[in-house]
Amino acid sequence: MGLIELLPPGAILIIGGLLVPLLPGRLKPWAGVVLPVLGFMHLLALEKGFVQNLVVFGYELTPVRVDGLSLVFGYVFFIAAILGGIYGLGVRDNVQLVAALTYVGSAIGGVFAGDLITLFIYWELTAITSVFLVWAGRTKRAAKAGMRYLIIQVGSGVILLAGVILHFVDTGSLDFDKLIGADGLLGSASIGVLLIFVAFGIKCAFPLLHNWLQDAYPESTATGTIYLSIFTTKMAVYALARGYPGTGVLIIIGAVMTAFPIFFAVIENDLRRVLTYSLNNQLGFMVVGIGIGTELALNGTAAYAFANIIFEGLLFMAMGAVLLRTGTCLGSELGGLYKTMPWTAALCIVGAASISAFPFLSGFVTKPLILDETAAGHHVIIYLMLLFASAGVFHHSGIKIPYFAFFAHDSGKRVKEAPANMLFAMAVMAVMCIGIGIFPEVLYRVLPYQMDYHPYTTTHVITQYQLLLFSALAFVFLQKTGLYPPELRSTNIDTDWIYRKALPAVVRASVGIGHTVVDAIRVPVRALLQGISGLVYRLHGPEGVFARTWTTGSIAFWAVVVLCGYLLYFLGR
Amino acid sequence: MIDALWNLIGDDLPALQIAMPLLTATVCVIVRRPMLAWAVAMFNAWGAVVNASILLYRVWTRGTISYVEGGWPVPWGIELRIDLLNALVLLVVTSICAVVLVAVPRSIANEIPREKHYLFYATYLLCMTGLAGMTITGDAFNIFVFLEISSLSSYALISQGRTSRALTSAIQYLIMGTLGGTFILLGIGMLYMMTGTLNLVDMADQLALLGVNRTVLVAMACLGVGIGIKLAVFPLHTWLPNAYTYAPAVVTAFLAATATKVAYYVLVRFAFSVFRINLTLDGTHGGALLMTLGIAGMFAGSLVAIFQDNIKRMLAYSSVAQIGYMVVGLSLANEHGLTGGLVHVFNHAVTKCGLFLVLACVVLRMNSTRLSAFAGLGRRMPFTFAAFVLGGLSLIGVPLTVGFVSKWYLVLGALDAGLWPVAVLILLSSVLALIYIWRVVEVGYFTAPPEDADEVAEAPLSMLVSTWILIGGTLVFGVWTSLSAGVASAAARMLIGGVS
Repeated sequence: MGLIELLPPGAILIIGGLLVPLLPGRLKPWAGVVLPVLGFMHLLALEKGFVQNLVVFGYELTPVRVDGLSLVFGYVFFIAAILGGIYGLGVRDNVQLVAALTYVGSAIGGVFAGDLITLFIYWELTAITSVFLVWAGRTKRAAKAGMRYLIIQVGSGVILLAGVILHFVDTGSLDFDKLIGADGLLGSASIGVLLIFVAFGIKCAFPLLHNWLQDAYPESTATGTIYLSIFTTKMAVYALARGYPGTGVLIIIGAVMTAFPIFFAVIENDLRRVLTYSLNNQLGFMVVGIGIGTELALNGTAAYAFANIIFEGLLFMAMGAVLLRTGTCLGSELGGLYKTMPWTAALCIVGAASISAFPFLSGFVTKPLILDETAAGHHVIIYLMLLFASAGVFHHSGIKIPYFAFFAHDSGKRVKEAPANMLFAMAVMAVMCIGIGIFPEVLYRVLPYQMDYHPYTTTHVITQYQLLLFSALAFVFLQKTGLYPPELRSTNIDTDWIYRKALPAVVRASVGIGHTVVDAIRVPVRALLQGISGLVYRLHGPEGVFARTWTTGSIAFWAVVVLCGYLLYFLGR
Repeated sequence: MIDALWNLIGDDLPALQIAMPLLTATVCVIVRRPMLAWAVAMFNAWGAVVNASILLYRVWTRGTISYVEGGWPVPWGIELRIDLLNALVLLVVTSICAVVLVAVPRSIANEIPREKHYLFYATYLLCMTGLAGMTITGDAFNIFVFLEISSLSSYALISQGRTSRALTSAIQYLIMGTLGGTFILLGIGMLYMMTGTLNLVDMADQLALLGVNRTVLVAMACLGVGIGIKLAVFPLHTWLPNAYTYAPAVVTAFLAATATKVAYYVLVRFAFSVFRINLTLDGTHGGALLMTLGIAGMFAGSLVAIFQDNIKRMLAYSSVAQIGYMVVGLSLANEHGLTGGLVHVFNHAVTKCGLFLVLACVVLRMNSTRLSAFAGLGRRMPFTFAAFVLGGLSLIGVPLTVGFVSKWYLVLGALDAGLWPVAVLILLSSVLALIYIWRVVEVGYFTAPPEDADEVAEAPLSMLVSTWILIGGTLVFGVWTSLSAGVASAAARMLIGGVS
């Protein structure tokens, strides 16, 4: 076995990443580019179908398994890592560089893990390394958000481990293959399989398990958020696609996931946080694809993950550049930046158009794979929800992000254009968005299953244009009425009312109900938690019973108590 | 080659394990010069490691060694009996002794007056004698004798701490330790009364013939409490935090990794080799009481550790929690559980000794082990602090560290016994470890040191070397587990099978 086969993909990044602090200052950021390039070459040298087996304390493990599904994710992870490295060439912070490289390496390792123990190891490694990217924001908020993020992520790992052990005790197998039964019902799955599902779900930001995403990601640095937005959640998508294809409940979870973040994205002011909601919504499409579970749908999930990493990365990069230059990402403080950042604005619009699935861009050739299969499976309501969500995506990611950052009212900010390295990384991503949109066969060829699929049918193009144009029309109406209320309100009273009053009212009402419900739960739960933590502190705190220095007499007393306990226990038997 | 060496002096190796440190302790007193005494101690300690390794290899390949002291035949004479179980513990104890000793001169230079150094080395070796003796003797009364040797010398070592609290802590430990010793002696006395023998193997055979009666049960209770005090099982642990906190830094590192581990060994030996509780106390629930105490210790120790401001004390409470894990492993009384307990002896010794050596480095440079002393330490003492982070990861039980291996077996053991709530509790308490370790890591990497703080140098090389040997060990043995888990599971199989 040569060195190439000996090293798992990603190992170069992890080992190299740990050595970065030893480099002289000017060379450090280049490690973020060179190491992923080396890693990518290493991956290309591995043949499809390669499997590495290893016996570690009596258990047969498969640290590396290269197959179609893992390769798609491996390729795009490396591409994103290289571009992220180029984007971050201005960063000399040891913490960020080491964390980013080891984090990317662990995520890639996780994608190629062939058994559940290896997966668990990489799963925890991504948690531990990525939290440093959050902390690298170096604010009080980042510190606290990072701690919450770490506890949730490590918690996901602990649940995964518990599930793995139960699964192992049940079946005696540690292989990471399809875990869900042929019926695709979670109800008939074992507890171990359920726990693993929950662990994956946390990292995939399932509804109600998603809060860590919007909480932690926007607190990181301009570069850190790029990395964070790409790897953790896509690794979870991969894990779900591997272990739970065709699990029916995923269709519903995914559909809810596409829809609910839209409302929050509409009312959110921090544009990077808007993007995290958008990310959450995008994951929903992939989860639906996994839930449908046909070969075409799984291809759709893989393709959409691929495309999404590129265009979502592009959007995060554009917002990162804005953050770098203006020091803020709040929609209310930005506007009019296109005058001095024309390139960033243009590239951002390409990303925004891709995520909205404009024809001839990457979103258009990947999303229909999932939508078509949803329609083919007669999930009518789900299909409509996905259409609604697509329109929502267009509103909050396609229009809101570029509009508020670069156009809208002029904030008067006259900042410099983004640095050349950032523009270059964004430009490559934009070219990829367009390239995939025009030559989809290139992407289709690396997908896990063979397929013959033509995205440019009349139906697709027309449906999509209808969706986009009517959404755009609606948005224009809204804006126009916002700008010129007296005239337009009289001509378009009902449309106006729907967009100006009803929708926000529904949003406010549902948010209000949500808050009431949450408050109703929160108050007693908080009281209970405070009670418990107060009790714990009284017992275990510095002056607590268990922490105080006991008198010798009381120790002796307890010795006698334990002796009596023993005697009663033994003799009472 | 090992076989050739064996033929030459091999038959006497078990005796050398005890006799050598006893003799060299007196040599230390005679030479008086600190560095010379240290050299003598080093020679002896590393020799003991080689000796213990040969014994382990020998036991692994050829089975149990029985050495008859003075040629008096068993069961009348005193036997040294080495099987897989105590060969592993012996290797742990001697290795820890030797590795810690490398760091001793620089560390005690700050804490103990120079003219007392030779006495320190002599006491250290005496303590080692006692611990090695307890581990390899096959005689119940001898266990008590060696226990007293190790205990008395450890009281002396602890009392050398800089503050006067060291003295009171040592005295409290002395009273408690004596109480524990008395209970143990009572238990051994009752067993002697019932069986008429002190040889452990013979005793086990006689007990098997006698069956369980009231006196045997009372003896079991006395031994349980007595060893429980030495082992610091919750709630008998309260001597431990003070003793560990106020003892000189290297003494804490040494005792934390050896004294409680040997006590655990003695408990396992009595429970499985002498009483054979898995056979006599019907089935899995024989250890319910111990299991309760172990789980209580896991949580009480970890929770107190979370709120501690003094990191040395925090680690001491963490030890209470870790002892809880071992006790739970024993109380499961099945192969995986016991393997988990035994492998945790090895793993926790390596981890905790490494962490306490980190604190020795910190106290040497910062003169404090309070949390505030750790501010910005990640930059000021990068190697020392990196060692703390890795050791901490092992305490939490992160994969690729030894802590993970232990917890894996413990959880498997709990599931084997059908006690999945116990498995959940073991994993939950790992989260508590995450909290108390990460608190320190955050301060070390993300809090700036005070403005007026002086420059501090990295810890001296000798201390870094021994720290990193152990911290490296947590990683090496986290992946390569043939030595630790391999021997531990073979020993567990042997004990569960009731063969000795």
